[in-house]
Amino acid sequence: MSEMSKIVRTVSNMLFPFIVLFGIYVIAHGHLTPGGGFQGGAVVASGCAMILVAYGSGWVFGKIKEKRLSAFESLGAVMFIGVALLGLAFSGVFFGNFLAGSNLLFGVTPAVGSTLADINTGGVLPLMNFAVGIKVIAGLFVIVLVMAYASSVKEWK
Amino acid sequence: MSFRNMVAVILLSLLAVFFIFSVLLIHPFGAPNQTQMDDHMIEHTQDETGTNNGVTSIVFDYRGFDTLGEATILFTAVAGVMMIFRRAKK
Repeated sequence: MSEMSKIVRTVSNMLFPFIVLFGIYVIAHGHLTPGGGFQGGAVVASGCAMILVAYGSGWVFGKIKEKRLSAFESLGAVMFIGVALLGLAFSGVFFGNFLAGSNLLFGVTPAVGSTLADINTGGVLPLMNFAVGIKVIAGLFVIVLVMAYASSVKEWK
Repeated sequence: MSFRNMVAVILLSLLAVFFIFSVLLIHPFGAPNQTQMDDHMIEHTQDETGTNNGVTSIVFDYRGFDTLGEATILFTAVAGVMMIFRRAKK
């Protein structure tokens, strides 16, 4: 894919920060509002895919190493399993929610019933949302990037 | 018939028997009607996991293994794409 016209590039430049901001909002509020790590990561990755379409895959491929993105994807997986193993260590079960009700980070327990949302609740769920968010952003973007670049190069040796 | 084909036929028929029995032994549609687990999750989501979002508490806490499987699927997809479309050695 070669780059598109100046109008498309300018508009995608203007839209990109808002799309990324919305995706990060969905990831960060995954334990309070609809959405979560998967959904917010897909939003951010689609914003990156918009930049890829507007500027051409060759330009983006020169800017970002795809191995680094793949490493970020693995980092998200390791963080996810690491939090699950911390649950095994501290509360005795795999995926145990050891931070809930502990008054540490994210440890506040909300009152039962329909209550106002508090960002400082949820135990390990915000951490898992964050890990899955990193994983989905890097994973989906590296898939789209590598496949787009491979289809644009004539001789893929 | 060669030995290899014979083994394949035996294993496939064994698999078919397992599938048929699992279809025959499945619950009828809509049953069981009410389970204690549903009620437990709905009532205790807020004091056990500390979230207001019940869906996230099920996806990441009560059914964490399911999410682990989804993450594994994404990891496998990325590994496959990176393996197929890797750059040539110079």
